[in-house]
Amino acid sequence: MTPRELLGRWLSRQIPTEAWTWLDKSVAQIRNSGKDADLYLAVSLVTRKVGKADLKLTEADQRDAHSSRSGWDPRQWSVDQAARIMLILELESDPLRLARALEQLCNTADVGEQAAFYRGLPLYPEQPRYIARATEGLRTNMKAVFEAIAHRNPYPSEQFPEPAWNQMVLKALFVGATLWPIIGLDRRANPELARMLCDYAHERWSAGRPVSPELWRCVGPYASGTMLQDLERVLKKGTEPERAAVALALHASRESAAVSLLEREPALTKSLARGDLSWERIVAPN
Amino acid sequence: MRFIDPHIHMSARTTDDYERMAAAGVVAVIEPAFWLGQPRTNSGSYLDYLSSLVGWERFRAAQFGIHHYCAIGLNAKEANNAALAEEVIALLPRYLLKEGVVALGEIGYDDQTPAEDKCYRAQLDMAKELDMVVMVHTPHRDKKTGTITSMKVAEEHGVAPGRVIIDHNNEETVEDVLNRGFWAAFTLYPHTKMGNERMVEIARRYGSEHIFVDSSSDWGVSDPLAVPKTAQLMLERGIKADDVEKICYGNALTAYGQSGQIKDSDWLDPAPIDQRNLFEGNSVLRGQQARVDELQQIPDRLKDVVFK
Repeated sequence: MTPRELLGRWLSRQIPTEAWTWLDKSVAQIRNSGKDADLYLAVSLVTRKVGKADLKLTEADQRDAHSSRSGWDPRQWSVDQAARIMLILELESDPLRLARALEQLCNTADVGEQAAFYRGLPLYPEQPRYIARATEGLRTNMKAVFEAIAHRNPYPSEQFPEPAWNQMVLKALFVGATLWPIIGLDRRANPELARMLCDYAHERWSAGRPVSPELWRCVGPYASGTMLQDLERVLKKGTEPERAAVALALHASRESAAVSLLEREPALTKSLARGDLSWERIVAPN
Repeated sequence: MRFIDPHIHMSARTTDDYERMAAAGVVAVIEPAFWLGQPRTNSGSYLDYLSSLVGWERFRAAQFGIHHYCAIGLNAKEANNAALAEEVIALLPRYLLKEGVVALGEIGYDDQTPAEDKCYRAQLDMAKELDMVVMVHTPHRDKKTGTITSMKVAEEHGVAPGRVIIDHNNEETVEDVLNRGFWAAFTLYPHTKMGNERMVEIARRYGSEHIFVDSSSDWGVSDPLAVPKTAQLMLERGIKADDVEKICYGNALTAYGQSGQIKDSDWLDPAPIDQRNLFEGNSVLRGQQARVDELQQIPDRLKDVVFK
């Protein structure tokens, strides 16, 4: 099944009959009229007609999602987001028209619509077309919109050039978004990002502000020289979550200096060996 | 006691205002689209403005635990720029049905010109077609005539009076508005509109049916605490708490609630998804019952409650 078909299946199962009738009629209208204005109106009306409940998915649904589009993770979608993306995908056979219509929709979007349009990024045809739109979206200061792009979304790691990727990770820390839900975080780690993150940590230390333990995750694999000194500093002076984060970061490094730093921490080494430490648990202990 | 300010231009206000409003018990605001002081020269700048009303400003308010709604429309002043007006009216359907848009407004007359009349009528037709509540701005000059014309034209276009809020009333207009079955809103705006001692007298004389107050605060000398201050003054001067609650909260909720886009459950029992998207970490009001007889702790500057 295509993602569009899956969205239809999930929605028809969950939303009230009259809401589904409306959605089905709107889809037909968009298909038959060929007028973008019908799409704009239907997309705006979605919350009024369909509501905003969480989209209810089973584990089998999640597997279907993943096999119809690898990396697609709709677990935290809501029904309005699903319906809006389903309406937009009605244009998928004409990628240029879809791209133009989406640009128009983004230009007049409310907060909820922005989040929906960006969550849909991995599903639009001709994926590279949307790089500029996605990086524009990340300039927002609205955390919900930022996270719609950065979290549980395979699009950035697949499409972003390195500078855009690095800006996204750094900005996540700035806006207080967690890093662990970013897809491809480890795969896209790079020396330049490690340097930027260490500089950022120094800025925070100079200002007497806390540094997110997650920051060290993208530093670990490329830590050398002064970066290892930074990690050592956190091991010595950090809180327990920070020390656990540094242990995980060092564990990802092949540098002999990193290995020997870790060897000086028998308790943390033991926790690592037992598999007690994970990035997710460092941020959300429960 | 909790409050709604059903007409306030928050885009022109600071975060200090949001903080003080939240502390004084304001739970929701309605921001109608209006003139920015500096006339717009093209529809693009109007488009960005409307986007910020349904986007950024809503988020900004949410950070202070205040629910932000808006009204979308072409204001009377800019209706006089024919080229701009035509393009903006064509854009409106893109915004009118968005989430949290509680009315088409503020529309109506300023100088009472033919151009204003044309745009007012076109927007009334749009409201009728999309089944929307309408917020009408009444003119500063030749007010009584302008107010009566506004109501006659709305009736002529088949918009039910019970779905129209006539704003910026005063002692001279209130009777006509109530007699015709429209909602009468009063703007408590120092110097140019109503002072709040006058409002107490209006409440004494006309009661609390179909009447509510707002601040219309904007970039001018105005007071974003006008609604809570007036509530306090009314209580001090012997207006019953139930009536004060209706004038400063309940009636605006009923009038704009007809849109289906504003409900007290939005702040009394926010859906988890709203908490996740906008109201992160703010569950102060969750499940709490309204207590109409009790005022919130009042910030220092609210102590001087009378303004002229």
